[in-house]
Amino acid sequence: MNVALMLSSSTLVHLSPVDLVIIIFYFGLVLAIGIYLKEQANTGEDFFMAGREMTAWVAGLAFLSANLGSLELMGWAGNSYKYGILAAHWYWIGAIPSMLFLALVMMPFYYVCKTHSVPGYLKLRFGQASQALSSISFALMTVLMSGINMYAMAVVMKVVLGWDINFSILVSSVTVAIYVALGGLRSAIFNEVLQFFLIWAGALLIPILGLIEAGGWHGLQAKILQNLTELNAPNPGSYTHLWSTLGNFSDNPMGINWVGIVFGLGAVIAMGYWTTDFLVVQRVLAAKDLRSAELAPIIGAAFKMMVPFIVILPGLLGLALLRDPNTGSLLRLVPADLAWSKAGEAQGLHGYDEVLPLMLARYCGPGLLGLGITALIAGFMSGMAGNVSAFTTVWTYDIYGALINKNATDEGKVKMGRWVTIVGVAISIGTAYLVMHAQSIMDYVQALFSFFIAPLFGTVLLGMLWKRATPAAGFWGLFAGTLSSIGMYTWSKLDPGAVKYLALSSQAQDQAQNMFRALWCWLVCVIVTVVVSLMTKPKPDEQLVGLVYGLTPIPREEHVSMFQSPIFWGIVVAIAFLILQIIFW
Amino acid sequence: MKSGGSLSIWFFIGLSLLVNGALIFARGIYETINPPVNKVVLWELHANVWWGGLLFVLGVIYCLRFSPARERARLAKNS
Repeated sequence: MNVALMLSSSTLVHLSPVDLVIIIFYFGLVLAIGIYLKEQANTGEDFFMAGREMTAWVAGLAFLSANLGSLELMGWAGNSYKYGILAAHWYWIGAIPSMLFLALVMMPFYYVCKTHSVPGYLKLRFGQASQALSSISFALMTVLMSGINMYAMAVVMKVVLGWDINFSILVSSVTVAIYVALGGLRSAIFNEVLQFFLIWAGALLIPILGLIEAGGWHGLQAKILQNLTELNAPNPGSYTHLWSTLGNFSDNPMGINWVGIVFGLGAVIAMGYWTTDFLVVQRVLAAKDLRSAELAPIIGAAFKMMVPFIVILPGLLGLALLRDPNTGSLLRLVPADLAWSKAGEAQGLHGYDEVLPLMLARYCGPGLLGLGITALIAGFMSGMAGNVSAFTTVWTYDIYGALINKNATDEGKVKMGRWVTIVGVAISIGTAYLVMHAQSIMDYVQALFSFFIAPLFGTVLLGMLWKRATPAAGFWGLFAGTLSSIGMYTWSKLDPGAVKYLALSSQAQDQAQNMFRALWCWLVCVIVTVVVSLMTKPKPDEQLVGLVYGLTPIPREEHVSMFQSPIFWGIVVAIAFLILQIIFW
Repeated sequence: MKSGGSLSIWFFIGLSLLVNGALIFARGIYETINPPVNKVVLWELHANVWWGGLLFVLGVIYCLRFSPARERARLAKNS
């Protein structure tokens, strides 16, 4: 690789030797962890479930980190620049209630039935048809998403650092392939916990220094109001209020109302993602006992509540503080496709997603800059490792072991797991290059992924809480929910006028449309599941023990003090969540 | 915590904080003595000195608390 190609001159930030040392040290450390853990990944339980011996802290931080990729960081910082503090809903109501629900309601069933995966639970509860549908969709979407994230990250590295796209893809994917293939889920989890610390160490200075510069929270609010008024933005006062502007679609920059946020986001999308997406649930299944498995999402929720400090606040600070260094006038960020077009580059435009790197470059000199960039790289690699390890488990247990070779030995599954890790990374690389040549695929695949999550939540929820739900109903509900979501998406693409029916307002932006589409397809899934259940024969109760509420004895530890109780900490997190909503109302 | 060996995950985290903290702190001291021409915003707060120092101290604490020797002793005691 030509070094001159890697380091172009027209970049957002320039790295010094100390920054490069920090980045190289990170790569060395993750590879060392993978090599060290190889000897402890010999059985299927070790390789795919990390031996089910993680403490609540490790499982909880990995649970959170698997979702805290760099695209998540930069994307939501960009969204907060675009939509204001409304973006924090994706970290608060869009995460906390569902994490607590997973911990206190759903986790016991996942844990007691000792499943290796969410499709594995569906097999036990509804049979092989539901397992096959969910596992094939999940496996396909996971590697596609991994590739898309890989490409998007490589583009960001090119824009921010001037690194060649091929170089970024090659180095990061080979590193991930090595450490996951060697150490399995344990290696992925270790690196996710490491990434968690690096992200905080690398990103926390931005809001601290930003608030000092802006004059505290009230100074920040005043500056945003002043800047947006100067730019003639509609509803300039709405950018720093979480709930008070959600009465009407037209009162906030997202074009959404409280119904979409509470029911579409909080009750369906977030519940679906945090309780049934195997990418995150797998981390909690690796906990050493049920109490740890219940505490892990609660610990994750406690830290998730703080993430807006390093993601949403930098976006708001960008709105308040960023100015053109040459003219001194307000710097207005634009959509990525415009910023990264030739015309955009010629005018020196920056995309919304660049707000975090811009703020990083504003406050962080040599050393700190390297740590910040390492945090972004670590976030990307950790997200990719999460996708690949979840794909490997679902492929090996729910596709290979269930459909192709039902007599596979444990040793054979581990061998398969190692190879599939490499194959998964290779497919991800292929997807990355596919997206490079057909960018529109990115929109479709990301939408496809969201199609699946909301109905899956309906199926799993009814499966756990309603013993009358039948195997046929589980399959047809999931199928109908997914199909209806794809249908609604296609309708809105073919006829933009459909938005006013699907999202209840013609002003609904993409995020608002996603919320309402999720809500409707979840309802379709639930209704079809209930109707088909009432028309078909249920499983006898004795076959549902360990799978359904009311028929499953939940093992509870006796003599556990209040401070060790998951319910106590769940209540503490819920109260903190409510206080935050009131403060930023 | 059980980490599957004598090296705990927290030791790796300590190592990372220690090395990064030392590098950032050292660079901060160098910049304080030789101020750069192009300064970042709020450079006068010397964030790299105190932030690097903080990371370094945290790293030392983690490395000592979860050192391989202590982890081996703990595993031996538990077994």
